[in-house]
Amino acid sequence: MEEGAGFGLYVHWPFCQAKCPYCDFNSHVVTGVDQARWARALAGDVARVAGRTGGRHGGRRLTSVFFGGGTPSLMEPETVAAVMDAARAGWVCANDLEVTLEANPTSVEAGRFGGYRDAGVNRVSLGVQALNDSDLKRLGRLHSAAEARAAFDVARRVFDRVSFDLICARQDQTREAWAAELDEALAMAVDHLSLYQLTIEPGTAFAARQEAGKLRGLPDEDLGADLYEMTVERCEAAGLRLYEVSNFARPGAECRHNLLYWSGGDYAGVGPGAHGRLTLDGRRVATEQVSAPGAWLAGVETAERAHEREEEISVSDQVVEYLLMGLRKREGVALSALSALGDAGASVGERAQALKDVGLLEAVSGRMRATPRGRLLLDRLVAELAG
Amino acid sequence: MTDRSLIRNFSIVAHIDHGKSTLADRLIQLTGTVAERDMKDQLLDAMDIERERGITIKANTVRIEYPAKDGKTYILNLIDTPGHVDFAYEVSRSMQAVEGSLLVVDATQGVEAQTLANVYTAMEADHEIVPVLNKIDLPASEPERVIEQIEDVIGIEATDACLISAKTGVGIPDVLEAIVQRLPPPKEGDADAPLKAMLVDSKYDPYLGVVVLVRVIDGVLRKGQKIRMMKTGGTYEIDRVGVYRPAMTDVGELGPGEIGYITASIKQVRDTRVGDTITTVTKPTDTPLPGFKPSIPVVFCGLFPVDNAEFEDLRDAIEKLALNDASFTYEMETSAALGFGFRCGFLGLLHLEVIRDRIEREYGLELITTAPSVVYHVFTRDGEMHELHNPADMPDPANVDRIEEPRIKATILVPDDYLGDVLKLCQDRRGIQLDLTYAGSRAMVVYDLPLNEVVFDFYDRLKSVTKGYASFDYEITGYRADNLVKMQILVNDEPVDALAMMVHRDRAESRGRQMCEKLKELIPRHMFKIPIQAAIGGRVIARETLSAMRKDVTAKCYGGDATRKKKLLEKQKAGKKKMRQFGKVDIPQEAFINALKMDS
Repeated sequence: MEEGAGFGLYVHWPFCQAKCPYCDFNSHVVTGVDQARWARALAGDVARVAGRTGGRHGGRRLTSVFFGGGTPSLMEPETVAAVMDAARAGWVCANDLEVTLEANPTSVEAGRFGGYRDAGVNRVSLGVQALNDSDLKRLGRLHSAAEARAAFDVARRVFDRVSFDLICARQDQTREAWAAELDEALAMAVDHLSLYQLTIEPGTAFAARQEAGKLRGLPDEDLGADLYEMTVERCEAAGLRLYEVSNFARPGAECRHNLLYWSGGDYAGVGPGAHGRLTLDGRRVATEQVSAPGAWLAGVETAERAHEREEEISVSDQVVEYLLMGLRKREGVALSALSALGDAGASVGERAQALKDVGLLEAVSGRMRATPRGRLLLDRLVAELAG
Repeated sequence: MTDRSLIRNFSIVAHIDHGKSTLADRLIQLTGTVAERDMKDQLLDAMDIERERGITIKANTVRIEYPAKDGKTYILNLIDTPGHVDFAYEVSRSMQAVEGSLLVVDATQGVEAQTLANVYTAMEADHEIVPVLNKIDLPASEPERVIEQIEDVIGIEATDACLISAKTGVGIPDVLEAIVQRLPPPKEGDADAPLKAMLVDSKYDPYLGVVVLVRVIDGVLRKGQKIRMMKTGGTYEIDRVGVYRPAMTDVGELGPGEIGYITASIKQVRDTRVGDTITTVTKPTDTPLPGFKPSIPVVFCGLFPVDNAEFEDLRDAIEKLALNDASFTYEMETSAALGFGFRCGFLGLLHLEVIRDRIEREYGLELITTAPSVVYHVFTRDGEMHELHNPADMPDPANVDRIEEPRIKATILVPDDYLGDVLKLCQDRRGIQLDLTYAGSRAMVVYDLPLNEVVFDFYDRLKSVTKGYASFDYEITGYRADNLVKMQILVNDEPVDALAMMVHRDRAESRGRQMCEKLKELIPRHMFKIPIQAAIGGRVIARETLSAMRKDVTAKCYGGDATRKKKLLEKQKAGKKKMRQFGKVDIPQEAFINALKMDS
């Protein structure tokens, strides 16, 4: 949607060693995954999507690849290499192509980092989640804090760019405890952090526990807001600037692939449950692949495309999507991109006024963005703006 | 026509849950009036709400044939009357239609306030009263103590009370004998005199039109007769004459002392007034029955559809219900906060709840009920009196000379242990103690109270402070002037008309504070802070601030989440309809009624 948003490829690896109690992503615990078969299937589907978007002559330049999951660090480096080969064959790639892989911070996985680098991965995002063992246990993680630090050190040596995730607003977490833990994280030679407040998603083990009244000590709205404000303050003081609601980076170290989502750019989605957004012949379409791994594999292998659904996105839905993604960025949305969407986009401006009046939105040089207070109320804001 | 000496007409007086309906069921069962396979519990209570709440709203009757021990077969007519104070007038008419009462008292509980009120009504109607102690099969029953209490509190002889268990059937034959031996037959009546019959109650039947429950005093009711309602003036031709067994069964005629029904192609229950006298057009009686009173609503509230698009459906529902209930009044009302609705008048709170439940249930409408209000008499400086049904219609206070409010005499029976709490509650509600007496370990307190302090949650509070042991009854005694003011509630600096109320000046501050605190809990946080104020005239007397919402943001949102988030937004939009947009503030529907609930 925005000029120069880039073009990306998302690859979903749907397998995990264990399901975390807070996770509602499409992940499955399976033993004995036939890596060669999956490599063929993923690479094959990358080639198919590349063809559909015009291939090397379609005028698109691939700017980022992201391996997400599940746990993509359970992929053999050969599997990653096969997918990367297909991507390079399918599209013209940018010189500074960003290739991110999400990894669990364990020694086993750190052992594969070199292989990933050789396959083309130049950025890892480690699911550290917490820096103390008791909280890691409560979050259902299989690694220890010491293991995570060791994996981080390996990653630092192997990759140009390393990020890690922490979950905050955990059970019984005080302001002081989070401040200390965050400072520890900032003291590690890190240039990118994703800091998520724990969210109880429907259908997860945590949700069931909460329903049964057994998930105690979660912060209330005010404590959650305090923790968030403190997080932003401390990160920025340490030189990691907020560039999206939950993402912080040194200038230039932002995740380009994720920025593409928030800027309304095109991306192909390959793998079980992967979503894509593509502009094809002037139509914007949403693609969604079958989420059950078995069904997905069968769909790809029979080459009938039964593993992918495609739907055109109406202009009014494009406006809503752009708002709910774009306002997450520090810079917010481009007014030019909104007005390019016609009346539906223009009417947003009228509804925005009341929110500007109460200091939740502001307009800055051709863009509309949430103020720090507005960012904390973003879901509300978007609901109001979407009408 | 039945020989008058073989007729016994009676009612049953009992507190809720003391076993009135079960006893009626047993009497019907034991005399074989209903085949065993057709028997069901609470046979006489036809409406769902009656069965659920265990209350009687409409008078019902059943004719029982009983072969007594003296070898004669008697006709027993039982009128099952409503027991609640809201329907006091209807009860009094039913009582006038019979000559005796069974006073049913739970032998484990004793006499309750409601029983007292109804037994006094029976005594006013010159009833012969047979005490019946129920639930004597329970270990906790104390027949001797309860007999003593009946004699002390009510002042009737109770040593020969029937001891029964309506549940197991023990003692029921004795009750039947007592009805025949101890209750009198109908007082004299002349079959040849001009027709004089009392309209006891009526209900609407979709096939037959209005079915009128009657008690014949003089003359004979027959099919084909041209009759006149003496108060309303309507004339009709009788289509059917019959009795309830309890199924409707046509009979040739009804003579003096008999109770039964007539149908006469009457279209609206409104055309039949309880207590009216029915006579013939050709040979009318010249003396109507005494005691007729038109029913006057005492409690008013606004009923609004949650979804404004359902206003016409609500109109339809209210009109249909009003056809079947002459005591319920309505007129259209508009509210800035709630849109279009109706200002409705009721006989009391139970009546209000019943009507509201029926609209919600039978017509599938979701309603917002505004604060119940009593009828104030506002005297303006020009000497005129205005009836105020809605605080929103209050005239400019500068033109008001005085405001009078309805007062009640409340009778409360409560075990000793809770007396202090009850006195405090009554005191808090501006009560003036009139009497305090003891019957055993139970106190009977009589208070003069303003009706407006009672209409909302007094009964709930009373039950809660006494753990359910207190019983309560009241009668309206008249109007008295007091220092009353209209209190406005402002949300985000806008007055919300549906939350305006009349309060006593001395209690305005504390009431205002309570309202503001409650609303602060009931209104969800918004993206901006919201002042909530109570004001009299232009003066703010209480204020709370609902702080702005601080956090509502999804932590993780990447490529795959866009679709899901979009769906969530659509769902949120649908949920928003449940709120009332007011100014920029969304007030949830429950807030309108819950804001009024007081904790003390």
